[in-house]
This record gives sequence, structure tokens and C-alpha cells, in this order.
Amino acid sequence: MTQMTFARAINAGLRKSLENDPKVVLLGEDIGTLGGVFRVTDGLQKDFGKHRVVDTPLAESAIVGTAVGLAYRGYRPVVEIQFDGFVYPAFDQIVSQVAKLHYRTRGAVKMPITIRIPFGGGIGSPEHHSESPEAYFTHTAGLRVVSVANPQDAYTVIQQAISCDDPVLFFEPKRRYHDKADVDESAGPGTALPMDQARVLTQGSDVTLVAYGPLVKTALDAATAAADEGISIEVIDLRSLAPVDYETVVASVKRTGRLVVTHEAGESGGLGAEVAASITERCFYHLEAAPVRVTGFDIPYPSSKLEMHHLPGLDRILDGVDRALGRPNSLSGLEG
Amino acid sequence: MSTDETGQGGASAPTSAQGTSGPAARLVQLITPAGERVSHPEFDFWVRDITDEQLCSLYEDMSVVRRIDLEATALQRQGELGLWPPLLGQEAAQVGSARTLRSDDFVFSSYRENGVAYCRGVDLVDLLRMWRGNAPSGWDPYTVNMATPQIIIGAQTLHATGYAMGIQNDGADSVAITYFGDGATSEGDVNEAMVFAASFQVPVVFFCTNNHWAISEPVRLQSHIQLADRAAGFGIPSLRVDGNDVLAVMAATRVALDRARRGGGPTFIEAVSYRMGPHTTADDPTRYRDPNELEDWAAKDPISRVAALLDRKGLLTEGLQQQIKDKADAVAREMRDGCTRMPDPEPLDVFKHVYSTPNSWLDRQQDHYSRYLASFGDPDAATLEEGAR
Repeated sequence: MTQMTFARAINAGLRKSLENDPKVVLLGEDIGTLGGVFRVTDGLQKDFGKHRVVDTPLAESAIVGTAVGLAYRGYRPVVEIQFDGFVYPAFDQIVSQVAKLHYRTRGAVKMPITIRIPFGGGIGSPEHHSESPEAYFTHTAGLRVVSVANPQDAYTVIQQAISCDDPVLFFEPKRRYHDKADVDESAGPGTALPMDQARVLTQGSDVTLVAYGPLVKTALDAATAAADEGISIEVIDLRSLAPVDYETVVASVKRTGRLVVTHEAGESGGLGAEVAASITERCFYHLEAAPVRVTGFDIPYPSSKLEMHHLPGLDRILDGVDRALGRPNSLSGLEG
Repeated sequence: MSTDETGQGGASAPTSAQGTSGPAARLVQLITPAGERVSHPEFDFWVRDITDEQLCSLYEDMSVVRRIDLEATALQRQGELGLWPPLLGQEAAQVGSARTLRSDDFVFSSYRENGVAYCRGVDLVDLLRMWRGNAPSGWDPYTVNMATPQIIIGAQTLHATGYAMGIQNDGADSVAITYFGDGATSEGDVNEAMVFAASFQVPVVFFCTNNHWAISEPVRLQSHIQLADRAAGFGIPSLRVDGNDVLAVMAATRVALDRARRGGGPTFIEAVSYRMGPHTTADDPTRYRDPNELEDWAAKDPISRVAALLDRKGLLTEGLQQQIKDKADAVAREMRDGCTRMPDPEPLDVFKHVYSTPNSWLDRQQDHYSRYLASFGDPDAATLEEGAR
């Protein structure tokens, strides 16, 4: 066990992948000499060279598009998009090429590309640096989408993503980059929990609380606070956003009868809608209350002085839990 | 003619003007529209090894490619294909460049390079698979080292550049070549590809077929300067060649390939040609094109000028013409038969190859749709008798 930050754990996972497979190459802006604006790739270019850790010109479509060409050539590219809000210039290459080439070529061409995207808010940044664009990609057939919530998962899941033969969007909760925890570096990608499986973090009997990425920590804090009031919350870290591991969520909701799902992204068409709909379809007769979504608003990401109003915090999550339990809450008395 | 291993080494190449980084002063031409072989101080060198026999072979290739294209157009008109993008008039640009490639070079093209695909050895029926609606694309790219057609304009230029980065990493001397049109030069991806290619000095050839029209938009709407001159802004040497002159195209492509193989980085080639047909079979160029323009370009036809050259050399015998006609007939017959006999895909094929690893969401959808189909008793009935319930 080594104590390391979230960012360091991804770095260690990337290093392992670079060591284990000579076809792994990293591409991105400022990832070489600087080591990335968040230092996630710190020291990797020095140790693996400029051809394996490539500082690219500032063109996101080209970063992803050249990764496609490298994948054609048998490489396993790992792309860094510097910030969530910078992924849109690459949207066409991700959606029309990365996601579809395996299908288009009827399995002849594999796209083992990992696209790392630091996402989410809470770091006091200006516009375009705090977004949660995951739903665009969970809606796109051909992509796998994951988000990790702790240094141990960061270390193993990044390796699983890189070794996966399908393209993976790897969303990194940037406000957790400096969180520290013990990481077992002997845990290999083959022995760790597969990346398409959710993890139950706390056993609970009253409410199932589904979260991912940056809000997992908030959800755990909410569960601790609720326990003081005698409410037992089962927190599930979704980990895989596409596909969602419904087996795990269904098993939990069948026991608790109540679902709260939370994310920073806006509500409409978000992943919470998908989870709520699927759980309603699959667990209708086990539900004691309508599923509750606690999410960011359907607004452009607000100025940093206001962002804590937009981001679901512990209290808003608990308010949602109260709603699911039929306890007094901020919407008591409102219909629908 | 098979893939080309010549055109390099041996004598030393003249160096002036082979890809300037200043304005591309003049169009490289080695065969005039009247079929006269004109000598060129720099570019003759690059086709010095082309024998009369090879010239006949290029003539045959272009004739067969034209026949394939016309046959496919006819198949679309007869309802056998959903759509077809004719390449009529661009045979020299495609055959001249593709015949200079080695088998280990890799092609990333648009949807109009069916003549290139023929030269790479793509199966004739595979060529039609996508256009018939039977599959999202026709062939395994690795069997011919050519990606399947790219429909998003210019997206493939980045794939070629990335592939070339891989070649460079591998220390190989093969080359990635990407084909695109005049319209594509306005796309961000093409410009980004040139930035990356120049920065990393990777072995990629940007082969731009300027056929003067992007559906209804004339090339002057895309650019105020010659397309070849755009490359200078990226620090990429460029060549502007008569795209209807198969020898000039060969020479230019060889210059570019040679530079790339020697570690000299990318080259941009503008092959000046003309799209004699519609953008696709769904297009009507009479709504936007002056018929006089078509007439002017018909006089510069790439195939008739080689025929005229062969005639001047006394090579255009009845025997040769009959042989080419027989080959074109046979190819067209094979393609037509294969097309009409192509079995329809199975309903559950829609789920195949979305992922290369199991996916719980899709497995569930496939399972549910299988049950739905099975509920009709005969699975085919569900699709055939849609709305019956």
C-alpha cells in the first residue's frame, strides 16, 4: 500500500500501462514537458520519450483524429482532453469515427482508444473548465464511459480502460485530484473489479443513493450524516456510465424500495433520467416512492461564486433522500 | 501494372521546383489533352521507367475504372444501389496516384476514390456493399491497406496523419496517403491534419483532387488562392499537377512518396481535374453548372489523351482495344452479378460489432428484439410485414 493522491494514482496507472505495452502512447496538450496542467502525466515523457508521451499542437479534433490513425496502425492511444469544455471540437471524431469504426468495418478495425477528460466543477474556474458532458457520450453507441471516484479505482480502472479493445471515455473528477488514499499497486487490471461493474460502498436498508465521479464522496458524507438521524443509505458508486451495471442497482433498489440518483450534470436527458427510467421499468413493484434526481440545473455552468448553488451538495442530496422517504422536505406540499 | 517499387533510387533526382513552398507557379503536365508527350525538366525523371507496356496498362486501368463507375451508376438507376458517387473524369488522378503506391502504404480516402480501391485490389462486389445498403462498409481495410470510404468530409486526413505518426514510431518506410476534395480543404480537420503532419514531419501525402465542385459550390467559394498554395502556410511543400494527366499525377505522387520515405515529411498535391458527373446519383448539376464548362473539360478527358498518345506511338492497336473492352465487360459483368446476388443481411446483424467486448445494455436489447421477432413465429415476417399487427 502506498498513499497517493488521485492524480498520482492515475499517473501510476498510466506508467504501468506504458511499461507493460509498447503500443501504448499518450497524446495531449501540455502533457509532456509540463506533465499536464493537473500534473497527471508528470514525469512520463522524461521516462518514456517524446514518441510515447506526445505534446501535440492545440487542436482537439486532431488529437483524437490522429489517435484513430494510430489505432489503425495497431497502437493503443491514450488521449488527454485538457478540460471537459474543450472536448467539443473533437466531438465529431469521437462520435463519428472513434465510436463507429468497429461497427463500420464489421469488426476488422479495433479502436482501443482511451480519452481522459478531467470533468466537473467546484474548483472556482471560469467558463468551460467545470462541465459535465458525460451524457453526450453515454448516448453514443460504440463508446464505453467510466468515471472513477477514488485513487484505487483511478489506478486500476485507467489500466482496464487502456487494455480494453473498445474506446473508453475516462472521466476524472478534477476536484478530487488532490484527495489522498492508500493504493495497492499490486492490484492488477485483471484481478480488480471489472470496469463495467458498479460498487456498493455502504450497505443500507432505507434508500439507494447512486452517484459517480466527484459526487461519490458527497454521497458518502450524506450517508454518514443521515445515519445520525437513523436513516440507512446504501451508496452505490456507478463507475461505469455506459453501460450502467443495472444488476447491482436493481438488487439494491429491490431491497430498499427507494432510489436517489445524483450528478453535477443538468437534469434533462442526463444519466439520472436514464437510471431512474430503467429502475422504474425493472423494479416498479418494489418501489415505495418515485425515483428522485438531485442534479445540477439545466443552465450553462455558472460563475464560480454561484457554483455551489448549482452543484448538488450534501444538504441537497439529503433533501432528495427525505423526498424519497416521504419525510418533510423542501418540496413538501408541491404536487408532481 | 502492379504496385510500384520503382521511381526512386538509381539516378539522382533533379531537385528544383519539386514541391515548392512558395506559390505553385505552374501546372505540371506531361501529356497534353491532344495526347502529345511534352518533356519536363524535373518531372520526366520520375516517370523515366514507364514503358510502353506500362502505359498500355495504365490506359487499361483507367478504362476499366470508368466502366466500373458507369456500371455502378447504371445499377443505381436500376434500383440495385441506393446511391453512387460517380468519379467520371477523375480516372487519371486516381489510377496515376494509386499505381505508384506500395502494398504496405496505407490509403485513407473519401467516398469517391473507387478507382483507387480498384487499384488496391478491393473486391468488386465489396466495392458496392455499402452503396447497396447491405453493410456500413465493404471490406477489411487490412487486406488491401486501404480504409473504407470516409463520408465525413476531411475526417480521414487526420487518420492518415495519425497512421503516419505510427509509421514514424515504427521506423518503417511506408507512407500514408489521404485523398480528399477541394471542398474538404475548408474543413478544420484537413487544416489540423496539415498542422500535425508538419509539426511531426510524418510520412503522409495529402492528395487533393480539385474537381472544381463541392456538390453545388464552386472551388472559388472555398479558396481565393490556388489550393496548392495553401500548403505553404503550413510549411508543407506542394505540387499542382494536371489531374487528368496520368503521367504527371504519377510523377507528382512519386516525388511526394520519395520525400516521405526518406524522412522528408508531408507533401500536398493538388490534382486539377473535373467532376464530369453529379456529386452523387441524387444530385442534379444542371441546377448550378454551366454546360459550356462541361464541354471544355470533356476536351481534356484523361482517357482519350492517353489513347491519343498511344495512337501517336502506334500502340493503339485493335487488339489492345479489344482486350481492354473484354476486360471491362468481364469486370462489369462480375460486379453486376455479384451485386444482384448479394444476400440481404440478417435482422440481428444490426447488433453486431458495435463493441468488440460484451455489453450488457446491448445484449439486453438484442435479447428483447430476438423475442419480438420470435413472437411472429417466422423472424423474417416481422420485417417483411411491418405494421401487420
